[in-house]
Amino acid sequence: MTAPIVDTSPKVSDEVRKTTCYMCACRCGINVHLKDGKVAYIEGNRDHPVNKGVLCAKGSSGIMQVNAPSRLRAPLKRTGPRGSGEFQEISWDEALELAKSWLEPVRKSAPEKLAFFTGRDQSQSFTSFWAQNFGTPNYAAHGGFCSVNMATAGIYTMGGAFWEFGQPDWDHTKLFMIFGVAEDHDSNPIKMGLGKLKARGGKVIGVNPIRSGYNAIADEWVGITPGTDGLFISSLIHVLLKAGKVDLSYLAQFTNAPCLVNATPGSSEEGLLIRNDDGKPLVIDRTSGTLQPFDKQGVKPDLAAQVDMDGVMHKTVFQHLADRFLSDDHSPEAVSEQCGVRPGRIRAIAAELARVAFEEAFELDQPWTDFRGTRHEKMLGRPVSFHAMRGISAHSNGFQTCRALHVLQILLGTVEVPGGFRFKPPYPKPVEAHPTPHCHSKPDCPLDGPHLGFVRSPADLALKEDGTPARIDKAFTWENPLSAHGLMHMVISNAHAGDPYKIDTLFLYMANMAWNSSMNTRGVMDMLTDKDENGDYVIPRIIYSDAYSSEMVAYADLILPDTTYLERHDCISLLDRPICEADAAADAIRWPVIEPDRDVRGFQSVLVDLGARLKLPGFVDENGTALYKDYADYMVNHQRRPGIGPLAGFRGNGTQTGRGDVNPDQLQRYIDNGSFFVEHVPDEATYYKPWNAAYQDWAVGLGFYDAPQPYLFQLYAEPLRRFQLAAEGHGERQPPDHLRQQIKDYLDPLPVWYPPIEDGSVDTEAYPVHALTQRPMAMYHSWGSQNAWLRQIHGRNPLYVPTKIWQENGFKDGDWARLTSVHGEITVPVAHMAGLNENTVWTWNAIGKRKGAWALDDDAPEATSGFLLNHLIHELLPPKGDGLRWSNSDPVTGQAAWFDLRVKIEKASAPAESQPAFGPLKSPVGKGPATVQQKVTS
Amino acid sequence: MHPAPSVIVFTVLSGLGFGFLTFLGLGLPDVHGVEAFFYFAVAFALAVGGLVASTFHLGNPQRALKAFTQWRSSWLSREAWLSTAALIILAIYAAAAVFIGISVFPLGLLGAILSVATVVATSMIYAQLKTVPRWNHWLTPAHMLTVSLAGGAILAQQTAAALVLLLLAGGFQILHWVLGDRRFAERGHTIETATGLGDRGSARLFEPPHTGSNYLLKEMVHVVGRKHVQKLRIIAFAGMIVVPLAIVALLPVNPFTAILATLIYLVGAFASRWLFFAEAEHVVSLYYGATGSKPPYQPSFSG
Amino acid sequence: MTQLPAATDKKLGLVIDLDTCVGCHACVTACKGWNTENYGAPLSDTDAYGGDPVGTFLNRIHSYEVEPKGGGCSQTVHFPKSCLHCEDAPCVTVCPTGASYKRTEDGIVLVNEDACIGCGLCAWACPYGAREMDAVAGVMKKCTLCVDRIYNENLPEEDRVPACVRTCPAGARHFGDFADPDSNVSKLVAERGGMDLMPEQGTKPVNKYLPPRPKDQLPDMDVLTPLLEPVAEEPKGFLAWLDKRLEAL
Repeated sequence: MTAPIVDTSPKVSDEVRKTTCYMCACRCGINVHLKDGKVAYIEGNRDHPVNKGVLCAKGSSGIMQVNAPSRLRAPLKRTGPRGSGEFQEISWDEALELAKSWLEPVRKSAPEKLAFFTGRDQSQSFTSFWAQNFGTPNYAAHGGFCSVNMATAGIYTMGGAFWEFGQPDWDHTKLFMIFGVAEDHDSNPIKMGLGKLKARGGKVIGVNPIRSGYNAIADEWVGITPGTDGLFISSLIHVLLKAGKVDLSYLAQFTNAPCLVNATPGSSEEGLLIRNDDGKPLVIDRTSGTLQPFDKQGVKPDLAAQVDMDGVMHKTVFQHLADRFLSDDHSPEAVSEQCGVRPGRIRAIAAELARVAFEEAFELDQPWTDFRGTRHEKMLGRPVSFHAMRGISAHSNGFQTCRALHVLQILLGTVEVPGGFRFKPPYPKPVEAHPTPHCHSKPDCPLDGPHLGFVRSPADLALKEDGTPARIDKAFTWENPLSAHGLMHMVISNAHAGDPYKIDTLFLYMANMAWNSSMNTRGVMDMLTDKDENGDYVIPRIIYSDAYSSEMVAYADLILPDTTYLERHDCISLLDRPICEADAAADAIRWPVIEPDRDVRGFQSVLVDLGARLKLPGFVDENGTALYKDYADYMVNHQRRPGIGPLAGFRGNGTQTGRGDVNPDQLQRYIDNGSFFVEHVPDEATYYKPWNAAYQDWAVGLGFYDAPQPYLFQLYAEPLRRFQLAAEGHGERQPPDHLRQQIKDYLDPLPVWYPPIEDGSVDTEAYPVHALTQRPMAMYHSWGSQNAWLRQIHGRNPLYVPTKIWQENGFKDGDWARLTSVHGEITVPVAHMAGLNENTVWTWNAIGKRKGAWALDDDAPEATSGFLLNHLIHELLPPKGDGLRWSNSDPVTGQAAWFDLRVKIEKASAPAESQPAFGPLKSPVGKGPATVQQKVTS
Repeated sequence: MHPAPSVIVFTVLSGLGFGFLTFLGLGLPDVHGVEAFFYFAVAFALAVGGLVASTFHLGNPQRALKAFTQWRSSWLSREAWLSTAALIILAIYAAAAVFIGISVFPLGLLGAILSVATVVATSMIYAQLKTVPRWNHWLTPAHMLTVSLAGGAILAQQTAAALVLLLLAGGFQILHWVLGDRRFAERGHTIETATGLGDRGSARLFEPPHTGSNYLLKEMVHVVGRKHVQKLRIIAFAGMIVVPLAIVALLPVNPFTAILATLIYLVGAFASRWLFFAEAEHVVSLYYGATGSKPPYQPSFSG
Repeated sequence: MTQLPAATDKKLGLVIDLDTCVGCHACVTACKGWNTENYGAPLSDTDAYGGDPVGTFLNRIHSYEVEPKGGGCSQTVHFPKSCLHCEDAPCVTVCPTGASYKRTEDGIVLVNEDACIGCGLCAWACPYGAREMDAVAGVMKKCTLCVDRIYNENLPEEDRVPACVRTCPAGARHFGDFADPDSNVSKLVAERGGMDLMPEQGTKPVNKYLPPRPKDQLPDMDVLTPLLEPVAEEPKGFLAWLDKRLEAL
C-alpha cells in the first residue's frame, strides 16, 4: 500500500483582507482570509507594528465571535419591565427618532442630565467629541475602574506610563521587573518581549501575589501581600539610596531632583518649587553656584544645593526625597512583615537591580543633543526595565504606589534610555501638554472644552459655583481631584442616589454595568430597576449599545445594536489611545471586511446620525446639514485642528504625515497598507525623548504638540502639593472640612504609602484574607463566554486557595467555600494553588454569567458554577456614621479599589449552583446552536 | 478507560460465543441435525451478535471492511480475519452437521483453533497497550481466554472442562485484579515522567487545559470509587465463577442447568468486563493530574 | 501502511520551551482555526453553547505546579501538548485500516480520514493524549504538523510553519528538522537539554521539551552585601557623599 496523497498546497483563501483585531484592547493587525465571501481563517499580520504576525488565543478565535449566536440582530425597544429581557425589534429610524425625542429636550433644558459613558471604547476622541458638542459634562470611558492610577501617576511623574504610553526596550533590556496583574493589557507585545528576553537569557522578576502567566516564567517571584507594593518599592528605594545606587547624573540633568523647594513655613508657597518670573523652576548651577532656570543652556544642576533666602534654607527635591526614603521605617526589616517578603529577599532584589543597572550599563554609538544644547556623543544605557498594570493600580493607594514605581525607575536612570523603559509617541507628554478638565454646561450649547484632563491645582476642579460637583461621577472633586478618566463605577450609584443631582438619560456603550463591570452587582441591578413613589424608574431612561446580548441589555429601554469588529469602521487614532511603538508613531483603522447579515450599525456611525438629528455643532454645518455620512466619512474629513485629523497617515496628496489636508483616498491608502500607518522615529531621536531636541522637533512636525516642550521628570509632583496647600487653608477654593485630612495625607508630592483604605474600615482580624481577580489571557472581560472555542478553555472559575488556607480548612478537590466580605457573601467552588501569597485567594474575572445572557443555555457552567467576586465589593465604603457616602476609590484619582477587598473563608456544603444565583433573563436572541462545525469550504 | 456498553457486550458475548464454538468445533458435544442447529444458532448468535455490537462504537462503521487490511501489524485487523475465518469454517462445519449429519473433524478442529485465536486476538488488542499497564500483561489474554472457554464449556455442558476452566478463570481473574492493582505503579509512570518535570520537583496539575470536557477525559480517564469496585468484584466473581461452578458441580447436566449457569455467568462476566475497562488506568490520566492518591481532573465541580 | 517506516528522510517536529511559555492558549485556538478549515473534517464542538461543551482540539495547554526538591516556593509551568510525531509511534501500528501512518519523507504522523473507521484504538495506544475522535465526523483527529502549511506554495515562505508556531506570541514553539544536527531545533535541544515525555513508553518522540530554567536562585542578602554597602551612616553623611560624588561627575 502506498501512502495516501495529501494535498500539501491547498488554496488558503480567495482573498485576504487586513484589518485590526478587537478581541481585546491590544489592537493587533490581522489578516482575515475569506472564502466565498465568508471569514475562513484569521491570523496575525506580520507587517503590523503591534503584533508582528503573532496573535493570541482571543484573536485566533475571532471567527467564533463574528459568528456568535449572541449577536444582536436589530434595534430593540423594551416591552417588559427593566431586567426582564423582554423587547420588540424596531427599525433604525424608529430607534433613532426615539433617542432623539429623549435627548433633544434634555439638551435644550439641562444637558448635564445626559450621562454618556462608554466602556471598552476605542474611539474616545470621537465619543468625547460627540458628548462635548451635546453639552453634557458627564462623559468618560472605563479608565476610572480600570487603570487610571497607573496612567495618571505616569503622566504626573514622567509624562506617560505603561502600555499605550511606553514599553521596555526589549532589544536591550537584561532585567525586566513586572508588578501586578498585567496579562490582559498590551498582551502580545509583552509576550513577544518576554520571548526576546528569554531567548537572550535575560531575567524576569515578577512581583505578584499569584504565580500564573508571566509570573510563571519569572526567574524570581515575589509573592507579595496585595496592596503593599508601594511599601515594597519604598524599601527598594531605601536600600538603593542608602547604598548610593542611584543615577545622580541622570537625576541632575533630567528630573526635578535638583529643583529647589520653597521651605518658607506657613507661606502659601510652602512646598512649591521656587520659580523665576517666567515660571521656570530654579536650580543651582554647580559650575557657577548661582540660581538658574532649569533649562538654561549649559546649566549643570546641583542635587546637593541648599540655598538660604531671607533666612529660610531651601533644599532640593532630591534631599527631601532622600530624607523621606532613608528613614528607617522604609528599611527591609520594617516593611517585611506587612509585605510578606523577607528582608534579605528585598535586599537581594535591590542589589540585582543595582547590579544590572550600573554594572551592566552600556553605550549605543548614537550622538544626540539635549534641550540645554549639550551634545552627547553616546547614548548611555541601563538595561533594567519595569512594567506594571492593574495589580498595583486598582488599590486605594494605587496612585502613590504607581508614583513610587515610576520614581524607582527614574532613580535608577532607566527611563528613556537604552535597555530601560521607553515612551511610545505621542508620549512622553507632561501634564502641561494635556488639557485641563472642562465641565461648564449650558442649555443648547456645547461644553466649554474637553471633559477629561489633568488638573494643575484646585482651580481646575470640576465644581459648580456653589462648590458642589459638576459631574455625576464626582470626578475632579475634592474627593478625588486627579480623576483623569472619570469614575464610571460611581455613575449609576450617584444617579440613583441623586447625588450630586438626578439625571434623565443614561447612555452607555460597551459596558456591562449590570454584571461584571460593576461593583456590587446585585445592588446595581436594583438601582437600574428601582422606581420612585410615582412608579417611574429612578433613572428614567437608559440607552445601551452593544454588539452582543450581554447582561446589561436587559436593563436598558432602547438598544442600539452594534456590529462585530469585522463589520465596522474604526479609527485607532493618535488623538486617542494609539498603537505606537517606541521607535515609531502608528495609527490604524478597522473597515468592514464583511458586511453585517443583520440589521445592525456601527455605534460610531449611529452617533454621527444622532448628532445630525440633534443638530449638534460639529455634526451639522451652519444650515443644519449633516457634515458626515457615517463614521468612515468622519475619520477622513474631520479636522480637530487645521491639518490634524483622526488619522495621521496619507494626508493631503497622500504623502503628508501628521499634518496635512484631508485626503479623500485616505481610507483606501490605509487598507492598501494593511489598515495601519507607521512613521519611524529618526535614529537620533529614539531615546531620551523628553530632552532630546531631535525628538522634540520630530514630534512637532507630526503635530503631537505645536512647539517643542522639553520638561523634567517630576520626582516631586507639585500639583499634588497645591491641593495640600488648599487643605492647609491657602487659596480661595477650599475643600470641605471632612476631606482636609485625607487630602493632606494622600496628596503628598513625594510618593507615600498608606494601607488600602478598606483596611481602615474593616476589621482585618475578622476578614483576614485578600481576594483578587485576574483576567485570563484567553478571555477578554465577558466576551469569551459567547465564544464556542474560548468558553471551553475557561467555562467556569474556581476560587484558588493557597496551601495554608487550604489545609486550615481541610479543603479537598471538589469542595465549596463561603466567602464573606463586609458587603456580602458568595458560595463557590475552590481549588488549591501553591504558588500564591498565603493570605490571598483569587479567581478568574468575568467568567460567571447570568442565565439567559450571551445566548448560552441556562445550564451553561458559566451560569451554574462560574461566579463573580463583584458581589463582595461595594462602590462605597461601609458607612462611617457621618451620613456621607465614601466611595471605594483611590482618594487621589477615584480609581475603583477592586483589589482592596478583604474576606473570610469557610468550608461550605456544596449548593446546587454558585451563590448568589439569579433568575434567567429572557434572551432577545434565543440560544446558540447545539453543534458547531466551523468550515467554510471543504 | 470508559466502560463502553458496546465493547463490554461485544467482548463478553463474542467471547462466550467463540468459547462455545471452540467446543462445538472439537465435537464436544458432537451434535447433529436439529440439535446441532440449535447449538450452532446459539453460538453464532453470541459470536456474531457480539461482533455486530462492536461496530456500534465505530465512528464510521460503513468502512469496517477496511479493518481487514492491516493484519501484519494490527491485532484488531487480525481479530477481524480470525473471527471471520472461524465463523466461515465453522459455518461449513455446522452446515455439514446440521444438514448432512456429519462432523468434519479437521474442519471443526481448524474452526476451534481459529475461535481460540480470535479470543486471543481480541484480548491482545488490550494486552498490547503499554499505555494501560493493567492490561499490558500476559494475564490479559489468559484471563479473557479462560473466561471465554469456561463460558463455552458451560454452554457445551462439558462438566469436567467447565470445572477446570472455571477454576482457572477464577484464578486468572484474581491474579488480574490483584496484580493489576499494582501494575501502574510498578511501571513507574508518574506525572513527573509524563511532564519531564521530575528534575525540578514534584508536580501537580494546577489547571486542566480546558475546564470543559474532551474526548480523552470521556474515553480514557474514568474514575471509579473503591467501594464500588469491591462490590462489583464480589458480584463478578460470584456470578462468573462461584455460582456457575456450584451449578456445574452440584446440579444435573442438562441444557436447562447449562442455560441457568450461563445466565448467571453472564451477569458476572458483564460485571467483570465493566471493571476490566473502568479500572484500567490510562497513562494519559497523569497529564490530567492523576496520582496514586488523587483522581484526575473531572470537568464537573459539583458532586 | 500501519507498519512504521524503518527511517524517515527528515524528522520534522516541534521544540516547546517550557521556560518561555506563559500559557496564553494562542497556539490552541490558532491550531483550531487553521485545522477546522483545512485538513480533513472540521473540528466540531458539541453542545457548543450549552452545559457540557466538548470540542475537538489538536493542541491543549495544561498547567502544573512544581514543588521544588530542595524546598522553596512553588513554581508554575504551562505545558502545551500535541502530537509528538513519535519515531516508534504505537498509534500507527495498532490501526486496523491503515488510516494511521507515518510519512517516510518527513516523519509526520497522519490520519487518512477516508480510511478511518473511528475505532479509537490509536487514541488508546497514544500515551500523550494527542488524538481526539471528532464526535460529529467520527474520525480520529490529530496534529498534522500543519502538513498543509509547511509545504504550501500558496503561502509566503516565511509562513510555511505550523499555525501554532506562527502565532506563538512568546516564541516558545520552534519548528524544524531534528534529523539535521545543525537545524534550529537540534541546536536548541542540545543547548537547553531538550527532553522526551514519558521516555519509558519507548515511543521515541520527535518533539522535544526544553525544561524550565531553575527559578528563585537569587540568594537572600544581608546589610553587609558589598553591593549594598551604605555610603554613610548618618543622614548628614549622605549629603556629604552626594556632594563628593557630584564633584566627581
